[in-house]
Amino acid sequence: MSEPGADVRALVAGHGDFATGMVSAVGQITGLGDAFVTLSNRDMSAADVERAMREQVDARRLDVIFTDLPAGSCTMAARRLQRERPQVVLVTGTNLATLLDFVFHTDLPPAEAAQHAADKGRAALIVTGGPPGGH
Amino acid sequence: MAIELFRIDDRLIHGQVVVGWGQPLDLAFIVLVDDEVANSEWEQELYRMGVPPEMDVYFHTVEEAAEKLAEYQRDERRGALLTGEIETMTRLIDLTRSIARVNLGGIHHRTGRTQRLRYVFLAPDEEQALRAMAARGVDVSAQDVPAARPLALNEVLSGEGNR
Repeated sequence: MSEPGADVRALVAGHGDFATGMVSAVGQITGLGDAFVTLSNRDMSAADVERAMREQVDARRLDVIFTDLPAGSCTMAARRLQRERPQVVLVTGTNLATLLDFVFHTDLPPAEAAQHAADKGRAALIVTGGPPGGH
Repeated sequence: MAIELFRIDDRLIHGQVVVGWGQPLDLAFIVLVDDEVANSEWEQELYRMGVPPEMDVYFHTVEEAAEKLAEYQRDERRGALLTGEIETMTRLIDLTRSIARVNLGGIHHRTGRTQRLRYVFLAPDEEQALRAMAARGVDVSAQDVPAARPLALNEVLSGEGNR
């Protein structure tokens, strides 16, 4: 019997309800939202974000962190964690397609799965319609 | 143009600054004033990673920033100046006497601080420092994002901003 949360593979962190919203969407689409734990930086100092992230990563022995924005304090905290834990992989600019790809690649090592997911997320950004030239 | 925003925010460069203020103010550069960061290449690289390539970031100690402030104020581009601590901004004001307005953007919980707003916690000596800043004619207000109503220092300290 697996212990609760044993299948958690990554942390999703970001502003406001970004992480819980994204993970909720993953759960609705795939039923695999349990692959993630979440963290919001709402009303937290940089030091608090780093402390909370460190606790989550240590508690689950996670090697993959997804964040929302390159400039965000969650990304900064993850970068600080990487300094002492080079095995940790950070993907920033995360979108839903990124997380969906990640949950289905349990066969890949974490770093490879994260890279694959990032490529998928990048490819999912598509603009359609509008006048020619976008004006 | 020059420096449009003098902000105290313990997160320094982060989403609210780069995007929340950066987009509406059309910020082209950030002056980050922090003695520790100014002496650490690694910290500087970390913060550089957080800004888009078209935005410049300059790192200075308080003394360096004081020497260069007039130059930044003459810049044709729009910029923001950040400190992580009230004490750092106070020192900069002391040295330059040319900062008219200070934005409290994020001073979070720490032992000894009392909550004044959702995003502003102050220790007694910090409160005193802000009062002294205002008494010298600096317009001190709290506003985390541009869409929020700026709260004057007396509103922040009286707790009215939480109502």
